[in-house]
Amino acid sequence: MTSPANAASTNPSSGVYAHDIPAERPWSHLLKRGQTLRIIDSEGQQAVDALLYGAADLAERYSAQDTLRVQGSAYIELGTRLISNRGRVMARITADSCGRHDTSAGCCSCESNAVRFGEMTKYQHACRENFVLELAKYGLGKRDIVANLNFFMNVPIDPAGNFTVVDGISAPGNYVDLTAEMDVIVVLSNCPQVNNPCNGFDPTPIRVMISDPPAALSSW
Amino acid sequence: MSVVMKHEVIEANRRRYEELRAAGQEATPKGLPEPTALDAAPIAAEAIISHEEVPAGWYATLRLRRGEALRIIDGSGRSSVSMIGWREEETSERLNCADTVKVQWSVALSKGRVLLSDMGRVFMSLVEDTSGAHDILVGGSTPASTLAAFGETTRNTHENFLAAAAKIGLSLRDLPPCVTFFAPVSLDEQGRFLWREGRKRAGDFVDLRAEMNLIVVLSNCAHPLDPARPASSAPVNLIRHRAPLAAPDDACRTVSPEIVRAFTFTDRLYA
Repeated sequence: MTSPANAASTNPSSGVYAHDIPAERPWSHLLKRGQTLRIIDSEGQQAVDALLYGAADLAERYSAQDTLRVQGSAYIELGTRLISNRGRVMARITADSCGRHDTSAGCCSCESNAVRFGEMTKYQHACRENFVLELAKYGLGKRDIVANLNFFMNVPIDPAGNFTVVDGISAPGNYVDLTAEMDVIVVLSNCPQVNNPCNGFDPTPIRVMISDPPAALSSW
Repeated sequence: MSVVMKHEVIEANRRRYEELRAAGQEATPKGLPEPTALDAAPIAAEAIISHEEVPAGWYATLRLRRGEALRIIDGSGRSSVSMIGWREEETSERLNCADTVKVQWSVALSKGRVLLSDMGRVFMSLVEDTSGAHDILVGGSTPASTLAAFGETTRNTHENFLAAAAKIGLSLRDLPPCVTFFAPVSLDEQGRFLWREGRKRAGDFVDLRAEMNLIVVLSNCAHPLDPARPASSAPVNLIRHRAPLAAPDDACRTVSPEIVRAFTFTDRLYA
């Protein structure tokens, strides 16, 4: 697969980076403290799997369980602090036009697809393939893949414990903003799953944009 | 692919997903066994390989072979035991809480359920369980959680896991999310976590049958949602014992079509 010709661009007027991530593809970028990453679900109902690593120490990474424990509830939403495995705030959700994101369902893999949907799905592209390839750029491997964020993925857990991936509620153009509280490497997989409703059974492109903090805050 | 063909593939995948969901959330739970009675399932003396009492706040690392099981006993009814682990021959393969809940369509662990590795294989089976009240979402205590709860940083599960990992050549990078036994965490309609104190009893135990050769770490620290002050903890007992391999009609192996496949893939490792 190749990247589109307009893969990345910068907009000097707001100091931003912008990039369209094709369906099924990975992406990563440094997000500096104070910068905001906007992830846009360009066509709607598209899950985006995400991992965060401390740029100064890659062994520090996003921790789903620390994040849920600190928050006291099960879903990622506006205001959620994304906590590292050292108990520090890596980023905050500072805007959200979707309203529901998951961090308990993990990422899809060839191996778990074969268990969930039958062995004929083993040779389908999956998020873990994306993560492994993207993490290799930083000298990281499979052991560095932890329980990830799933933006725009709707996974209600009911009081009886039922855990269900249901139809996404994100409309075309819905977005979520992460503002970094430390320098982090953000690694995304634009989810290729076609066996459940997380992508409307039809993976589509997403867009990412990075903006600098407002001038008054840039002297942090 | 034409638009019509693409639409047909999408509709076929949607139908299959809905069939799997109905099986996983409606049929499978009806077939789960009843919880083990507190006085049931004694371990024959000759089956016991080793026994260890782990003090409050401490941890133990055990190697479990396929064909062995671990009994964890909360004698006081006041402890919670957090666990992580790896496949002995290839430690990049490890307990995976996300796959465990996703594949089983449920966060409720009880007798008849399994824990999965990240490679589509069965890590352990819950062959006996008196409790059915365990946590797989929130995780164990940390320096920050103990400071917030008790006003000082006390012994905690995160540091126990880190120390245990270091002693077998692993590090922070190798710590996956954990499952915590005897931690009655549930959710309300809004997704807020609740602690159901009434679900803990003195003498609760689980038997975890190893389906692969494993290294597991057990941490005996109060769960971060346990409201008891000071921390309610007491020693727990670990009994490693011989257990028959999962037979073709084993209750855990046959619990659902997904888990049948996971056992098949696991068996191939040792074929």
